Amino acid sequence: MTAAIAVLGGIALVLAIILSVVARRLDRDTKFTVVEQINALLPQTQCGQCNYPGCRPYAEALAAGEADINQCPPGGTTTIVQLAQLLGRHSKPLNPDNGSIAEPQVAFIHEAICIGCKKCILACPVDAIVGAPKKMHTVIASECTGCALCVEPCPVDCIDMLDLQPSIARYRRARPEVIAHD
Amino acid sequence: MGEWFAIILATVLVNNFVLVQFLGLCPFMGVTKRLEGTIGMCFATVFVLTLASGLSWIVNRLLLVPFELGYLRIIAFIMVIAAVVQFTEMLVRSIAPMLHRVLGIFLPLITTNCAVLGVALLNTQKQHGLFESLLYGFGAAMGFSLVLVALASQRERLEIADIPTPFRGAAIGLISAGIMALAFIGFAGLVRS
Repeated sequence: MTAAIAVLGGIALVLAIILSVVARRLDRDTKFTVVEQINALLPQTQCGQCNYPGCRPYAEALAAGEADINQCPPGGTTTIVQLAQLLGRHSKPLNPDNGSIAEPQVAFIHEAICIGCKKCILACPVDAIVGAPKKMHTVIASECTGCALCVEPCPVDCIDMLDLQPSIARYRRARPEVIAHD
Repeated sequence: MGEWFAIILATVLVNNFVLVQFLGLCPFMGVTKRLEGTIGMCFATVFVLTLASGLSWIVNRLLLVPFELGYLRIIAFIMVIAAVVQFTEMLVRSIAPMLHRVLGIFLPLITTNCAVLGVALLNTQKQHGLFESLLYGFGAAMGFSLVLVALASQRERLEIADIPTPFRGAAIGLISAGIMALAFIGFAGLVRS
């Protein structure tokens, strides 16, 4: 009995030690690549406004030098400045082709008009829309990143982007505006 | 030398783990839709099977037999296999992230691939030595890969073939797998085992 416990425990312990050492070694290789560092700075809204399918592809394109640093509207000036610092480039204003730095918004579904087609659910990159076929859908406001990707697919135009109303729960002191860098 | 060749031939063709012994069927149907992912899966399985059969031989000979713990064999082997698979997954993730995404859940599922446990258990049952165990595991993995690649290339062609509607998708996949299994029975008697 004791032998059984000791043997199984011993095997598990040895394997666990080997695995954790290997994991740490491999992690060191992957964690600090340029792509990972850029990806960590991006807002992870997966909105696609940068013309790439998501934040990670944009990070990969940036690392490969194919994309410019001013293509991320949700990240705004803060992200651009951070990217400029990381990549050693000059910061520049957001490219207007990719969108504008707007007030934070949430999607809102007019439930009386919604026909339950599910197209907005498929479009949502963060799964913030709930609903079933032929039942009306609704947006989980706290999950919504305001990327507006659900507006276009809606066949009955029942989704509006609303400005987030300020509330005590969400109050944050305004960040000092970045005027220039470098 | 001839004996080793016989082991390889027997595991690859005559006693093919997938089509004759029907072990490891979930990746057989699960990751054979695209040849690219299948080849990655085959490399992962070759690596895991060879390593796991060697390691489980060591565990069996050095720990289970001296302490008379034969009844713990399955648990101990599963533990070894799980660790090897975890190791493989970390390796694949850092070397080929795209492949890691393609394989998805089927990479960790190598743990429960019955072919892997089957090889380890058959090794003890047939009382193979260390080198024979490694060879047996490697042969089993080669047979597994051969069959997976064959089915994947068939299914890629079936995708564009004009198949009657009720047979499309998984149905025709299962039918082609069955026909291949029939063909593999033709190898019986090639090697005296």
